[in-house]
Amino acid sequence: MTKLNDKKNSIIALALVAGMFVLLLVLEAVVPHTSIVFTVLKKGAIYSLVAVSMNLLNGFTGLFSLGQAGFMLIGAYTYAIFTIPVADRLSVYQYYDGGLIQFALPSIIALLLAGIMAAIFAFLIGLPVLRLKSDYLAIATLGFAEIIRAIFQWDKLGVITNGSNVLRKYTCYNSTLFYFAVAGICIAIIVLLINSSYGRAFKAIRDNEIAAEAMGISLFKHKQMAFVISSFFAGIGGALLAMFQYTIQASQFKTALTYELLLIVVIGGIGSITGSCLGSFLFIACSEWWLRFLDVEGAIPLLRPGFRKVVFSIIIMVIVLFYSQGIMGTREFSVSGMINFFKTGGPIGWIKRKRAAKSKKAEVTVNE
Amino acid sequence: MLSIKNLSVNYGGIAAVRGISFDVPEGKIVTLIGSNGAGKSTTLRTIAGLVTAKTGSVTIDGEEILGMAPNEIVSRGVTMVPEGRKVFSDLTVLENLRIGAYLRKDKAGINSDIEWCYELFPRLKERSWQLAGTLSGGEQQMLAVARALMARPKIIMMDEPSLGLAPIIVQGIFDIIRKINQEGVTVLLIEQNANMALKVADYGYVMEVGEIALSGPGLELLANDRVRELYLGTAKK
Repeated sequence: MTKLNDKKNSIIALALVAGMFVLLLVLEAVVPHTSIVFTVLKKGAIYSLVAVSMNLLNGFTGLFSLGQAGFMLIGAYTYAIFTIPVADRLSVYQYYDGGLIQFALPSIIALLLAGIMAAIFAFLIGLPVLRLKSDYLAIATLGFAEIIRAIFQWDKLGVITNGSNVLRKYTCYNSTLFYFAVAGICIAIIVLLINSSYGRAFKAIRDNEIAAEAMGISLFKHKQMAFVISSFFAGIGGALLAMFQYTIQASQFKTALTYELLLIVVIGGIGSITGSCLGSFLFIACSEWWLRFLDVEGAIPLLRPGFRKVVFSIIIMVIVLFYSQGIMGTREFSVSGMINFFKTGGPIGWIKRKRAAKSKKAEVTVNE
Repeated sequence: MLSIKNLSVNYGGIAAVRGISFDVPEGKIVTLIGSNGAGKSTTLRTIAGLVTAKTGSVTIDGEEILGMAPNEIVSRGVTMVPEGRKVFSDLTVLENLRIGAYLRKDKAGINSDIEWCYELFPRLKERSWQLAGTLSGGEQQMLAVARALMARPKIIMMDEPSLGLAPIIVQGIFDIIRKINQEGVTVLLIEQNANMALKVADYGYVMEVGEIALSGPGLELLANDRVRELYLGTAKK
């Protein structure tokens, strides 16, 4: 790994990103705006961001946390509450006399605030919760997310959260480019963090807490840091989801949302950023588009509303049983890796190598 | 330099260490030997700050370190090579070394120390980009020692470095201990392999059920009848 190679790789990566944005521009110009393609792309970008933030915790720091939906909810609500125009507040907060807050913030500031709010909550919750380990941490964070959802639906807080009613009329963006840009910047920051010395410390904690502590890495401080940063980006992701949907309601942020994200992380590969992104787009494309036909009742027997979820569950079981590493494992997608892949025969070469490895394994067992 | 006075530790509900006192003078190799459950590892983990003590005092150059957080203790020049090596298996050899220097801020110093570790252990240099989990047991032990050295310690504490290694590799490990001592690092060594440990050590302590039963220069203890009978299995008939 020479410096020159690094430079070359980053130039290629930059070119790829630029190419992707040009492609998006062309798509937006050619394809009608109501097309499902944009839904998949936007939602895919949002889920990528949240899945990567979850991977930072679960994959890179080894903290099994299931609170992502809660932090998304905080982000979504913070954004929505602070960007509803003053003139529209009376109609949105119709049961609460226009609500308590009578000002609106610019959307970029509200977006940042969404992340900061989620981070503050994470900091406070992290104080007691991060002393727990593995499964207990998962249960505690899951419980937190449910409590948050209940609190946001609480009637007494209605002047701020609008109770269990929807929030709407806040600032939204329709451009696919916007979602890609925000998610892209956030993911890039997470990648920089993971490659920094803090990222190394996170991975050390994941590998062996005792040894990490003996090396002088303060366990609590670093766990807290990973938790707060992950939640910050989950909050931003929540705000993006609010923009994408035009209306937002607390009841939407159930544990099912966290499980969807966990699935994406597992399918993509625990500990792989590009895996999480790939997993997000695949998952969203399947659930919103490619597998929709399974829900159409009529011509083919068995097919009916809800059947899609059955097929989905089966796919997931197959992945977990036979490809527990996910698509990427802990590897990352890279240009040089891709070139190498095609140089060694592309998919056909890959299958050949797999077979060769398998028969070799079989030989070994026979010899034993 | 490192001075332990009247240290008592309860671990898992039992009095694992009962009021022990010993000194590790600068530039020496001191070993703590004893059978399983004698309280050696607990002593070491207490010094490192991983376990809380009941009473006593641990000072380094006169400064009390008992009750400090592990990272504060590391930054005062006390590092440890944990039992069973515990390298970060999903990180590369180089990344492992960099983690060892986590609390240091001097970039140039870190880089030159990495070179120094590679000179001490040329095998690690060859495997710089390999994941630590793919190294052999002996290489992992080398890495664990090198990783601890990266903190620029005054004293390095080793918890059973010979555990689970082939005899020929064990010989190599003890050569390494001598070598890093010659580089000016004080060593506190915990071992069940009393024969090897006492040969390399300047001074030794024998621990039995949480107390120090015997002490003396390494070679003297090696000749001691009781030590020979209990730990070396070579008592005169």
